[in-house]
Amino acid sequence: MTEVLSTGRVVGSWRGAVLRVEGYWLWYRRYWRSNLYSTGLQPLFFLAAMGLGFGSQVQPGTATGGLSYLHYVAPALLVSASMMLAVGESTYPVLSGFKWQKDYLAATATPISPGQVLGGHLLWVALRLTLAAAVYALMALLLGGWLNAGALLVVVVGVATGLACAAPVCAFAASTYDEGTRFATLFRFVVMPMTLFAGTFFPIDQIPLALRWLAWISPLWHGTELARGVTLGTLDLLPGLGHAAFLIALFAGGFVLARRFFYKRLVV
Amino acid sequence: MVSEVPSKGLLLRVLPPSLYAGRAKFLLERSILVYSRAWLVFASGALEPLFYLLAFQIGFGRLVGEVVGPGGQVMSYVAFVAPGLLAASAMNGAVFDSTYNVFFRFRYAKLYDAMLATPIGPLDIALGEIGFAVLRGALYSTAFVAVMGTMGLLTSPWAVLLLPAAILTSFGFAAVGMGCATFLRSTSQFDYIQLVLMPMFLFSTTFYPLSVYPEALQYVVSCLPLYHGIELMRGLATGFVSWSMLGHLAYLLTMAAAGLWLASTRLHKMLLR
Repeated sequence: MTEVLSTGRVVGSWRGAVLRVEGYWLWYRRYWRSNLYSTGLQPLFFLAAMGLGFGSQVQPGTATGGLSYLHYVAPALLVSASMMLAVGESTYPVLSGFKWQKDYLAATATPISPGQVLGGHLLWVALRLTLAAAVYALMALLLGGWLNAGALLVVVVGVATGLACAAPVCAFAASTYDEGTRFATLFRFVVMPMTLFAGTFFPIDQIPLALRWLAWISPLWHGTELARGVTLGTLDLLPGLGHAAFLIALFAGGFVLARRFFYKRLVV
Repeated sequence: MVSEVPSKGLLLRVLPPSLYAGRAKFLLERSILVYSRAWLVFASGALEPLFYLLAFQIGFGRLVGEVVGPGGQVMSYVAFVAPGLLAASAMNGAVFDSTYNVFFRFRYAKLYDAMLATPIGPLDIALGEIGFAVLRGALYSTAFVAVMGTMGLLTSPWAVLLLPAAILTSFGFAAVGMGCATFLRSTSQFDYIQLVLMPMFLFSTTFYPLSVYPEALQYVVSCLPLYHGIELMRGLATGFVSWSMLGHLAYLLTMAAAGLWLASTRLHKMLLR
């Protein structure tokens, strides 16, 4: 670097977050290979096993909207994978920033604020999600999973759903001091049931009405409805806006809460 | 005072004498003490199969209706998939316990260094650690079989053998998993384990019959260890029992013995020489 910044200069709120992203990128440039499996091969495996293998047993019917199962499940699997990556990146890595690696403490010893640390993390998660979703979209294209160019919008929906999950999970991780079984419980009782019951593999109207509200309040269902809507062309304006509003509200609420916990933990 | 060393069987006399001291049960005792506080993990692990079976009962099963099961008879999809999930959960539980936990104890906690400084041999450690993984797997499998029973999926008297089959499957995978864990050098290499486990879980006829694959791939799939566990359990659950199942049994037994041998000789080589 030719220009040397003087220490103590206060950076703008976006600039601080972007500097954090640069830090993540420096690290990732060395370690991207270890992610080849989770962002490259895993989506291909899932799509082949569920879309083609399991799908070969499914007769196109009313449940799948008359479509082949591959077309039915392809957009939903993208959103589901995005949600899992986002939750994974916002649990242990965030707690590690406070507790083990303590890089959050290091960053806030510079003119970067706790809010910018949070913003930088979410920006970084957004970039990772974009990469993963783009790779998935390409894989699905090779397997013939897309009906039309709406697949490009599915990538956007996937990233948005991931972020709507990442923000509240960041708040959860930032308020975690002794991890114990907290994250394991989150995975087992929230993430896993959501993957199974939020409409990824079968329509939620097969779930008894008494339990269906659990799917309605899950971000994954809203993301899945949007994703299926844009690629299958069945999305109406009002429900679409509703799903989007739910995801935005979840992100905003999670962000406000996480920001509060970040300040509480990093400002002495 | 003369220490109490149990008389050794033929197999154990063939092995190098320092490998086994007949004290594997103390490792089991240690693990049970350590985990007696984390009962919530066990309780939630036993609940997991309930979620899966429920999803297949109300969701996947309605999409598919019926599939061709072992022996060519048509069966409901949830009855088809349940034994496959039982085998897969035996595998996942065993491998998780015998890789992540063993790696941590081996590389970071140096637990085995400490143990080998006492009159305990590497084979005791391998047996004790694998034994606990199997115990844990047995607990989850019992819950799973119980749920299958209440859902009316156990239609044959052979189903009483499901639990032993699940225990054998988790023994095989735990033994090989522990052997492999001694080769790992950093946590990032756990990706390799996922790289093997995940495709095996997805493609070993867990979710759909072997006939879906083209012939060449059918051959590849039938070499995977999980396939043999699934075939064994699907046969037992549906009552379609044949002599060919002895082949699956032999495969799993060989795998367990090979894994046990690998794990104990690796511990011996790395920590005692």
